[in-house]
Amino acid sequence: MLSRTASMLYWMSRNVERAENTARILDVAYRMSLLTKDADLQDQEWFAPLNITGSLFPFSGRHSIVCAKEVLHFMALDAENPSSIYNCAKQARENARAVRGSITSEMWEVLNATWLEMQNMDEDRLYARGISTFFEWVKERSHLFRGVTFGTMRRDEAFQFHRLGTYMERADNTARMLDVKYHVLLPSVDDVGGAVDYYQWSAVLRSVSAYESYRKVYRDSVTPVRIAELLILRVDIPRSLHFCMHDVYKILCTVQNRSSAEATRQAGEIYAAMQFGRISNIFSTGLHEYLTEFLEATDRLGEEINQSFFAPEVIVPHEAEKT
Amino acid sequence: MALKPFYNEMYAADGSVRPQYAGFADWLSKTPPEKIAQNREAADLMFHRVGITFAVYGETTGTERLIPFDIVPHVIPGKKWEEVARGLTQRITALNAFLHDIYHEQKILKAGKVPADKVLENSQFRREMMHVNVPGGIYAHVAGIDLVKDTDGEYYVLEDNLRTPSGVSYLLENRKMMMRLFPELFAAQTIRPVDHYPDMLLETLRNAAPVGVDSPTIVLMTPGNFNSAYFEHAFLAQQMGIELVEGIDLFVQDNTVFMRTTQGPQKVDVIYRRIDDDFIDPLAFRPDSMLGVPGLMNAYRAGRVTLANAVGTGIADDKSLYPYVPEMIRFYLGEEPILKNVHTYILTNKADLDFVIANMADLVIKETQGSGGYGMLVGPMSTKEERERYKRRVLDAPERFIAQPTLSLSTCPTFIGKGLVPRHIDLRPYILSGKSVNFVPGGLTRVALREGSLVVNSSQGGGVKDTWVVD
Repeated sequence: MLSRTASMLYWMSRNVERAENTARILDVAYRMSLLTKDADLQDQEWFAPLNITGSLFPFSGRHSIVCAKEVLHFMALDAENPSSIYNCAKQARENARAVRGSITSEMWEVLNATWLEMQNMDEDRLYARGISTFFEWVKERSHLFRGVTFGTMRRDEAFQFHRLGTYMERADNTARMLDVKYHVLLPSVDDVGGAVDYYQWSAVLRSVSAYESYRKVYRDSVTPVRIAELLILRVDIPRSLHFCMHDVYKILCTVQNRSSAEATRQAGEIYAAMQFGRISNIFSTGLHEYLTEFLEATDRLGEEINQSFFAPEVIVPHEAEKT
Repeated sequence: MALKPFYNEMYAADGSVRPQYAGFADWLSKTPPEKIAQNREAADLMFHRVGITFAVYGETTGTERLIPFDIVPHVIPGKKWEEVARGLTQRITALNAFLHDIYHEQKILKAGKVPADKVLENSQFRREMMHVNVPGGIYAHVAGIDLVKDTDGEYYVLEDNLRTPSGVSYLLENRKMMMRLFPELFAAQTIRPVDHYPDMLLETLRNAAPVGVDSPTIVLMTPGNFNSAYFEHAFLAQQMGIELVEGIDLFVQDNTVFMRTTQGPQKVDVIYRRIDDDFIDPLAFRPDSMLGVPGLMNAYRAGRVTLANAVGTGIADDKSLYPYVPEMIRFYLGEEPILKNVHTYILTNKADLDFVIANMADLVIKETQGSGGYGMLVGPMSTKEERERYKRRVLDAPERFIAQPTLSLSTCPTFIGKGLVPRHIDLRPYILSGKSVNFVPGGLTRVALREGSLVVNSSQGGGVKDTWVVD
């Protein structure tokens, strides 16, 4: 498959996944802000989405205050913000347009229709429709795209690169989300069992659709250590770091080429740490330190993937030289 | 404006329905207008969803528009089509023979049937192609020949498109849409299918592979997603299951073309290119082209890769050579042309030039190298100032223009607003040349949606219709 095509597929699915995750993060912030009547505390909640997505800096360059309306607009609809849901939908559709030959018509139609609807979305419509309704819509479009992909796409290389993008983006997102919320996950004797903590923790779980799974796995009350364990080390939770890195590693083994050994090795190294890691060790290292290291490692892996598949150096095969 | 009796495709002069339209007319009279209106909306929505759009030059970058689709088909009786098909086969065979000849012995020039200077001094004549042998001697693998019907109901060839003719994706999508919206129409009568076009095209490209290549790697080369026909490029690549490549995806080493893949370089044998000669190789043609592949022309001349269409086909569809196509048919095939040419004034002839200048308001004047309806003067629709301005350009360089009488293009009923009104149409069949000449029945029908307008190009406000060949 063409290197450019592989790259487009990878970024197409990263954009879709990013749109979904941004919607999840904003939805949680929105719900949390509803829990408190204190206006200052409400606004506090809106720092989280900016921190998680690393967009506090670009945001503050254009906005002086952090409040619901501004953050929502910036992260959902702002055409100037490259990682807004609006731009993710646009980019995903552009990527898909460039690789229409490698995806199914159904996949293209989902992304095209999503973009056409997104184009007509503005702040008035967003509020008229209901903020949560909008986030539900974004998530549903992403679910639909995933379902259509699994239901229609041939299990070829294109499918692998599409999944690679999904899991790289998702791992990044879950790690960032945990990192920003790490202060509420830090074990402290005080307040344990307090109502606010309980909501904070369950909000973390809900933002990755893992609340029901938590109940099934632990059959016990919600505690921060278990949340971290669930979202980092459990291989059966589809948004956990372990799950994502397992698939990233397997995919890289499948699509390997002559220059991708280092990418496979790096993925294997991260994956092994998940597979054999212990939550107690993670907490003794420090959750924040652990996650920072994870994010750096996946960044390097992303660069390595780019080098070995999307921008390969030209090595002409021997047969070409003979003829 | 004109009071000439246009040929109406659906109704005869006495108001009766022509036999080939009987099935459609019957359906139209029985179907409630609400259902038709509803389905017209559904068609628009579906075209949007599927993303059948084209980019418009000169508008904001990335502007995409939908080509308006009309549900009233252009119906051609099977018998008439057979005759047209014979005419198209004859014409494209002669044009391919002409291309081979002028890039080899130039017999037709020596025989004085075509003025040598019109060929040799034309910028579309590619010296690089002299004595290059292309597989099977085929130059124009894919051609689009535009036909119009005059008041007499006879077909005339308006122009030949032998470079990178586009529009076939609309032909395919229009049919798909009609079958989805009005399946009952297709059950009630025999309408010849068209959906095998991508298979035929793939077969044509496969047969064009360099000698000795058994299972060729075929790619479709596009200038990229800002090109007006990008949708079509992606569509055809997908339909044929071949890679859609841009210049940056290809490179040439030792006269061999490779594409950059995730598994390393892969040799390419046939390139269905939808990019003009000028941009194909910055080393051979325009050095500023960012779209091409350095060294491609050398690989091509060495016979290591096939380009479809061949480089240099533009000379045969140049409007200044159009008047000589009937002569080519006589010269190479020894036959009389089946399809008529539109009478054309050659402005390097003093008499023709004088006549044209005196009658600009009645004629259509075109640039010999223009396409897509750009840079053309439709006399009856023009203002006095426009004619004055055009006159100066023509007198400055008469060799760059031709003139033709304004044809009274046939009309076909078309939905505008809530009702049916006659609008002018033309027909572009797509012709595939290889071991034999092949096509799908009919072609793309384009319709000028503005009242009285004779310009059907999508870039100039034209729409499209499904084309039926019925038995």
